[in-house]
Amino acid sequence: MNTTLILELRDLSKSFELHHQHGARLNVLRGLNLRLHAGECVVLSGASGAGKSTLLRVIYANYRPSYGTVHLRHDGRWIDLAKASPHEVLEVRRRTLGYVSQFLRVIPRVPTLDIVAEPLLQAGADVHDARQRAGGLLHRLNVPERLWQLPPGTFSGGEQQRVNIARGLIVPRPILLLDEPTASLDIGNREVVAQLLAEARAAGSAVLGIFHDEDMRDRVATRLFPMQALEAA
Amino acid sequence: MSALLKVRNLSRHYGQRIGCEEVSFDLHPGELLCIVGESGSGKSTLLNTVAAQLSPAAGNVHYRQRDGEWLDIGSLNEADRRRLAREEWGFVTQNPRDGLRLNVSAGANVAERLMALGMRDYGQLRGIARSWLERVEIDPARIDDAPTGFSGGMQQRLQIARTLVTQPRLVFMDEPTAGLDVSVQARILDLLRRLVNELGLAAVMVTHDLAVARLLAARTIVMQGGRVVETGLTDQILDDPQHPYTQLLVSSVLTT
Amino acid sequence: MTYNFAFLDEDTKRMLRRALLKAVAIPGYQVPFGSREMPLPYGWGTGGIQVTAALLGPDDVLKVIDQGADDTTNAVNIRRFFARVAGVATTEHTVDATIIQTRHRIPETSLREDQVLVFQVPEPEPLRTLEPREAETRTLHALADYGLMHVKLYEDIAQYGHIATSYDYPVLVDGRYLTSPSPIPKFDNPKLHQSPALMLFGAGREKRLYAIPPYTEVESLAFDDHPFEIQRWEHQCELCGSGESYLDEVIVDDRGTRMFVCSDTDFCGQRRPEARA
Repeated sequence: MNTTLILELRDLSKSFELHHQHGARLNVLRGLNLRLHAGECVVLSGASGAGKSTLLRVIYANYRPSYGTVHLRHDGRWIDLAKASPHEVLEVRRRTLGYVSQFLRVIPRVPTLDIVAEPLLQAGADVHDARQRAGGLLHRLNVPERLWQLPPGTFSGGEQQRVNIARGLIVPRPILLLDEPTASLDIGNREVVAQLLAEARAAGSAVLGIFHDEDMRDRVATRLFPMQALEAA
Repeated sequence: MSALLKVRNLSRHYGQRIGCEEVSFDLHPGELLCIVGESGSGKSTLLNTVAAQLSPAAGNVHYRQRDGEWLDIGSLNEADRRRLAREEWGFVTQNPRDGLRLNVSAGANVAERLMALGMRDYGQLRGIARSWLERVEIDPARIDDAPTGFSGGMQQRLQIARTLVTQPRLVFMDEPTAGLDVSVQARILDLLRRLVNELGLAAVMVTHDLAVARLLAARTIVMQGGRVVETGLTDQILDDPQHPYTQLLVSSVLTT
Repeated sequence: MTYNFAFLDEDTKRMLRRALLKAVAIPGYQVPFGSREMPLPYGWGTGGIQVTAALLGPDDVLKVIDQGADDTTNAVNIRRFFARVAGVATTEHTVDATIIQTRHRIPETSLREDQVLVFQVPEPEPLRTLEPREAETRTLHALADYGLMHVKLYEDIAQYGHIATSYDYPVLVDGRYLTSPSPIPKFDNPKLHQSPALMLFGAGREKRLYAIPPYTEVESLAFDDHPFEIQRWEHQCELCGSGESYLDEVIVDDRGTRMFVCSDTDFCGQRRPEARA
């Protein structure tokens, strides 16, 4: 088993200060430590409100941590995303750190195939290869080919979610953050996602995710990471 | 990666009133940066000052030109400033009527910058103009029509073609989709997104629309009262705004 | 009633001569000058008249043409004006003249080094129709930024299939200044190039003077694939038989009968005895 350390969170805290709600302060994460190794799939567990999504967003640098470090291995060196410049964060996201949310952010007028291919293009692939890979993934995720040239704005929730997964997984990145990507998928498609994750892990990626469905969790997790809601301070 | 544009402590005043104050940022090649803020926040003043259309009260702007040389924009003479505007920069105005030459045909509008660069082959100019009209989704058969007969969205797309035809390295855009219908906006945003990617353009875009920033820009600057109150990754700013003003701005948006 | 020689007072003529010297020193550059009220309205050649007044000496021989003709109202008026206020000799013969004031033509007869051609100019700024702001056109001249002029030629070809501008056809003087040749037909543009005679241009209403000194490069703008061309006629002059001069089409009776004749009356007249002989 590959045990290369790939992501390390130390003493991570996150609180939100709401200036327009009488300066209310929401403490969501406090003093959190987590280590993630290549090939692992760690599933965050805990009731809703425990800060699972917040944690993924902090790691992705979508939220700024209030305290602590988010060290990850990028291009063979360690970088603290909590202190990285925006350009460094973008570079890390482009090649090292992937994030699949529950919802697809639809871009008006852009066909499904191009939405999926885009991250690969941005990582430097040529158009033909990127479209081919995108088609392959959509095919595996049972998105019918007649939909590929349409913008996914009008697709069903399940179809959009599968498009989103394809987009999130098309670039083989060492770290994958998944926020309930299978919530509205049927069993067949969940199985496909599980296989895709297994393949990614086999290729050396580490997965950190939220899966509410217990079957799915058992199917993909190598380890659980329990989380609890903090008392409101 | 080395920056393309470095803005340092840039200020511009209108008498006693602050236009923009002490603004600094870098822009990298191929990057689209949005400046957001409400009316009067100084975002257009900042854009025009960076683009050397207004002269700063203090601070400086440095630009790395095609040959790698750094230019201090404030110290350029008019001739060099215009050469830069003609050969390496582009400017897209909010109202396409300000950026177009309304009394000449669409084709001449697109070809003008090429002619300014010395291209003297009519057939070639026509060919390039036609292909750019197509790129911005204007029927090339309308190449000889005056833009006065075009819809607002078409005029804006024509202005984009006119600006990008010389393949500038840096484009300034001042609310290019404000004042257009939502459906027309989407088309122009998609077009800009595509062209910026295809041409590897660097761009600074002023907008009051956070959804536009989300769609186009990896990085965003938030301005209030002429000052930068927050800057960073666009998704960070929209999803985890820190400054009270940014929180207000984000919470005032219906959907982003 | 007596006038100062050549109507204008000596200080005004000195001001004009200084402006003209500057114009000659910077070929094609529009020099501002203090245009005076003249006893003719703007549009009747006040710019040309002031230049002529500044040039005339008692020994000069003046010829004035309008559209090539010596006998039109404008030409006759100006010729009589100077005969009266300067007492100079006048002529209708190009070869006899030392100063030729002209509206809309350059004589067909080749000019010499000892002759000066004075043009009446309604609009000295060739960029004006495309750029109304004077400050901007002056900046464009300062920077030799002339892409705009090609926009106009482009529009011509786009609309008519060829460069349809047939008079006041823009030229680049001495490789530097974009210049209006005044509303002469483009047929006359080649005569501007390397002309032995000094050419002076005066715009009274716009208060600008400019010059093309003798033997100066004058290039008519064009596109590589649409080169500059002058007008050609299928006809010859019906009076003198000339096949190489600029022809006017004139209606000669109430039934619409047309004929083509030289616009340069002196040239035509000189040739007719030869044609008869």
